[in-house]
Amino acid sequence: MTLDLRYTEEQEALRDSVRAMLTDRAPWARVLKVAESPEPDDADLWRLLSAETGLAALAVPEHLGGAGATLAETAVVLEELGRAVAPVPYLGTAVAGQLLLHLGDGELLRDLAGGEVVALALPFDVGPAASGLRLPGVEVSTAADGSPLLNGTVSSVADALRARVLLVPAGGALFAVEADAAGLTRTPVASLDETRPLCDLSMWNAPARLLAAGDRAAAGLDAALVAGAALLASEQLGLAQWCLDTTVEYLKTRFQFGRPVGSFQALKHRLADLWVELVQARAVARHAAAAVAVGDPDARLAAALAQAHCGPVAVRAAEECVQMHGGIGFTWEHPAHLYLKRAKSAAVAYGTAAHHRAALATLADLVPA
Amino acid sequence: MTQPVTAEDLQERVDGFLAGHDVAGDRREFLRARFDAGLAWVHYPDGLGGLGAPRVLQPVVDQRFAAAGAPDNSPRRIGIGLGMAAPTILRHGTAAQRARFLRPLWTAEEVWCQLFSEPGAGSDLAGVATRAVRNGDGWLIDGQKVWTSMAHQARWGILLARTDPAAAKHAGLTYFLCDMHAPGVEVRPLRQATGEAEFNEVFLSGVRLDDELRLGAVGEGWAVARTTLMNERVAIGGAALPREGGMIGVLVRTWRTRPELRTPALHDEVLRLWVRAEALRLTGIRLRQQLAAGEPGPEGSAMKLAFAALTQQISGTEVELLGAEGLRHDHWRADRPEELDLIGRGPTYRWLRAKGNSIEGGTSEVLRNIVAERVLGLPAEPRQDTGAAWKDLPR
Repeated sequence: MTLDLRYTEEQEALRDSVRAMLTDRAPWARVLKVAESPEPDDADLWRLLSAETGLAALAVPEHLGGAGATLAETAVVLEELGRAVAPVPYLGTAVAGQLLLHLGDGELLRDLAGGEVVALALPFDVGPAASGLRLPGVEVSTAADGSPLLNGTVSSVADALRARVLLVPAGGALFAVEADAAGLTRTPVASLDETRPLCDLSMWNAPARLLAAGDRAAAGLDAALVAGAALLASEQLGLAQWCLDTTVEYLKTRFQFGRPVGSFQALKHRLADLWVELVQARAVARHAAAAVAVGDPDARLAAALAQAHCGPVAVRAAEECVQMHGGIGFTWEHPAHLYLKRAKSAAVAYGTAAHHRAALATLADLVPA
Repeated sequence: MTQPVTAEDLQERVDGFLAGHDVAGDRREFLRARFDAGLAWVHYPDGLGGLGAPRVLQPVVDQRFAAAGAPDNSPRRIGIGLGMAAPTILRHGTAAQRARFLRPLWTAEEVWCQLFSEPGAGSDLAGVATRAVRNGDGWLIDGQKVWTSMAHQARWGILLARTDPAAAKHAGLTYFLCDMHAPGVEVRPLRQATGEAEFNEVFLSGVRLDDELRLGAVGEGWAVARTTLMNERVAIGGAALPREGGMIGVLVRTWRTRPELRTPALHDEVLRLWVRAEALRLTGIRLRQQLAAGEPGPEGSAMKLAFAALTQQISGTEVELLGAEGLRHDHWRADRPEELDLIGRGPTYRWLRAKGNSIEGGTSEVLRNIVAERVLGLPAEPRQDTGAAWKDLPR
């Protein structure tokens, strides 16, 4: 089946409205202020995106309080959030939503659609290639009344600091733990990307509810992580596009040697090459979004391809943005560093490009030496 | 009558056509009839081989004909005609020129070549020195063209020539359709690094062309040529292929069937190339979906740039993967290939031929300038050659 890799008119309209919203509500100076603050994210912006506009639950069915759209629309929102390095737990909530959809947990989905943050309790680098259900760290025991208790730690978890519910893989099963449960603590971590800060979770006899076990849990977690890898590519695309656009505009106005520096071939050719990479990243990211949106049998390969390609493109775009801005690009007072940090953090999220290439060795039948 | 715009409409039309025409009959008559039925290139207008349908539906028609075992128009042999001459004639030609040239071009009865590059005008194509001088109601052409593939088989050539040396260099050009059988046209094979003579030098000595063979207005040649160049970049980089359908397929088949050649470092290299090839293939799919209506945009340049770099790296990796075996060349005969085939011979041929990909159809360096200035809007480098008359420029 050939997937349509273009944007629909509705998606373009969605993009326009999200961009206008973010231009107004998340200018970079505010993003920096949030990143510097002890707050994990921009609570006002999250309220706008979730409870007020429903953008955080686009792919949740309408009868569960969502918008009944698809992950292809979610991906368009993520492009714009990447473009703004917006400090909101959108991606993690989208991934948790996919897991809940797979498990058919209507109650938590209704909470999510109402604006609650639900987070998957896995280290941020765990992607579809890893067996996330069997990661060491959390043990399952049983309370006197037979209900499960969780003990252990999960480090470097993203989008979890504001979560009301944590979805915790442990012992081959999936559990829900309320964030205010006795015995659960979340410790913020000074993170490379403070627009999407990490935290460490520790559980000491934390009461939990079993969501699913065995194959059903494994399949749900896997589908959610495939969706995460696919969706992240759109965030990386939006980030890279901002870096290219901003650098191009700067090089038109910055004069040295009596000329705009953008007229020097040494810089023009690098930006042209970056644009060529972006044209391809857009096709790859749209392909991945379309594949997970329709449940294409190729979705796993599409997501691995997207991360193998788009992660490095975003990092390169951010690095070129810093370098071509020269001195100003290396200062705290210019937004370039926010994009650089987000790009590198995103390159690790859901597995590095190298992890995804290794996955492709199996998916594309290219066996190792 | 309403235009057929859906795939189903087109399939019905193809089936109706096939019911009335024998696929095993005369090839030329079959192709002519297919053109006249509007099933040649469906996005072309009525009466010119098309139906004004979305371009994206062309594969529906092609696949239906192929499945029925219908003869094709040997597209690899007439790539210059299909990809470059035809869209230029369609856009800039008179009604009479469109009617005269497009049908035999598409049916492959008339092969086309491109008379653009010259020994003194490569990347700086607007500097061409071949002269076209008024002669009664026609023109006399004198000059030398180079890097002309298929000239030895061509019936016609798209020709960029200088009609006004006293004008600025972009303003003094006019575009012609050159009769390759006219007296004064001499085609000499030009041997390349691959050993074969895929290209030619073409010497034009007092070649007389009727004014009806001028395409576009006198002095408008550069604007017409830009239509050709935009389409050329799409034609070179944009072939529709299945996954692993291009040069990457050759490399990964070797990887799969020759376990003794594998090393961990080459494994990652093969995976990286596979990712790049698949990304570029998807980019081509997206580009073609966008092309459904309208002219190719600048993304064609992205395809061409990425394609050239990729084929060079894939073929280079293939040679190294094979080790000493990869150094064995099939032969150094000066063959004259009948159609363009970048991957049909051995690994050393592929590696050598790929070196041409970043030169032909605009060097990668010129394409980067075009992307930087026309797509990204970056300022041009200071130039010395735009204000003065062409004849006064140093060369």
